[in-house]
Amino acid sequence: MIATENIATKKINTLIKEYPFLADFFENHQIDVKQNGEHTIESYMASVDEEDREDFAMDQEKLVSAMLSYIDQMMAFLDTEEDKGVESLTIEAGTDKKGEAENFEALKISKSEIICIVGPTGSGKSRLLGDIEWVAQKDTPTSRKILINDDIPDKKWRFSSSDKLVAQLSQNMNFVMDLSVYEFIELHAQSRMVENEKEIIEKIITEANKLAGEPFDPETPVTSLSGGQSRALMIADTAILSSSPIILIDEIENAGIDRQRALELLVGEEKIVLMATHDPILALMGDKRIVIKNGGIDKIIPTSKEEKGFLTELEAMDRTVQLMRKRLRNGEILTSLR
Amino acid sequence: MNLVTFSGPPSSGKTAVIIKTIESLKERNLSVGVVKFDCLSTDDDKLYEKLGVAVKKGLSGSLCPDHYFVSNIEEVVQWGLQNEFDILITESAGLCNRCSPYIKDVKAICVIDNLSGINTPKKIGPMLKSADIAVITKGDIVSQAEREVFASRIKTVNPKAFIMHVNGLTGQGAYELSTVLYEEDEQLETLKGRKLRYPMPSALCSYCLGETRIGESYQMGNVRKIKLNEQ
Repeated sequence: MIATENIATKKINTLIKEYPFLADFFENHQIDVKQNGEHTIESYMASVDEEDREDFAMDQEKLVSAMLSYIDQMMAFLDTEEDKGVESLTIEAGTDKKGEAENFEALKISKSEIICIVGPTGSGKSRLLGDIEWVAQKDTPTSRKILINDDIPDKKWRFSSSDKLVAQLSQNMNFVMDLSVYEFIELHAQSRMVENEKEIIEKIITEANKLAGEPFDPETPVTSLSGGQSRALMIADTAILSSSPIILIDEIENAGIDRQRALELLVGEEKIVLMATHDPILALMGDKRIVIKNGGIDKIIPTSKEEKGFLTELEAMDRTVQLMRKRLRNGEILTSLR
Repeated sequence: MNLVTFSGPPSSGKTAVIIKTIESLKERNLSVGVVKFDCLSTDDDKLYEKLGVAVKKGLSGSLCPDHYFVSNIEEVVQWGLQNEFDILITESAGLCNRCSPYIKDVKAICVIDNLSGINTPKKIGPMLKSADIAVITKGDIVSQAEREVFASRIKTVNPKAFIMHVNGLTGQGAYELSTVLYEEDEQLETLKGRKLRYPMPSALCSYCLGETRIGESYQMGNVRKIKLNEQ
């Protein structure tokens, strides 16, 4: 950790040279680096007239202390990149809404596994996710315990904003930023401070295009992507660029996107995939499924060979439905289901 | 009694977050009181009443809402003590983004929503900069990428804040928030002598005193002019 007095007396340009990420910090604290690079924090604060200082609520002591915390966190963040990732997640049983013990002991999920979560609305799916996100240690209403790599997890999973355990993808999610696809991913990449930015952005766009029925180019504004394209981009971006080792998916709508391929992309990037779904095709794509009832895990069912066998047939039915939809859309009259 | 101050831009989801959090606090048999500060009108007190929570509302009317807050907070604390709450929550909307109702050594929470745009964190000022906890809402409707970018912007503005994601509709994250709100060994008796985290300057000009006419000859007191000729 660097000393406070050093920081206040170093030139802003020098500070940025030592800690490049500070450029962002200054920008967000509305300090124009180009104009004030030759200033130290001290001389910069002195150069701002008192009225402006008051207007913008600037305070040297607070600024320096925030800057120190930021440097510490960013250094820690850059360090952990070399950490060994999350190999497995274990859920140890707690109780359901009535306080009765859950019907299993422990469930260990390894990376690249797909686990489906089924159960009626309000049965406790979000609480299960909440427990995982908060890395519950028997300190939530369900008394479940979460282990990572068979061990009691590091506190950072709960308290650090850059190490979030769970990323989420759901049906209602939309892009709200007014940016092109390329700019959008670039912004995300910058916030993650990845090194090979360009390469990653291109990879995400290529993968998203493989998932989407109709391709799009990097210049398209994200807000004008179709439903399928948006979902494809969200999945590719989350798979490749999100720092979270666990992905929670709340259904993937069956339109304009190759769902099988989407799941393959996620597990290919060594994510643990939890998927809340009632779609039989998706449910059978999982390795296991968790049945939730009354707030507790009632059953854990491995997808059997027999069930997997139905998948082919279900997919054929699904294709038929899609084909009929397409024909109707084109104004045809249906004469057979082929 | 614990005191917790919530603030955040209008419509960011403060009330929804507080309500979901109170539900979790009640399950732990903690008694909660709420004081809602607003400007002209609010119906949020009815929402709290529906929940069976003791609530008072304070409308600042023609006064600056943050000044009104600080002029009344000690009385509010005394009301809370009389009612023997375990936790007293104040809720106030940040309007001009310059002031914040945070008090030194009193837990300060800023609620801000994912839809407000990625440049919002740097515009908000002390309300976000000096908060202990930043609660981000409406995460269920934007993409994972936007959530991550937004959280990282907040972290740049306030590196010390603990950032939490809470969904005001489903309550996801509210239980977790409730666990970091209450500290058993914290017993607040009075705020007399305590200090605000940031000063709340105000210009006293003729318009503060009810002037409605426009033009330089009607302007008195602390008046400042826009700099139109600068680059």
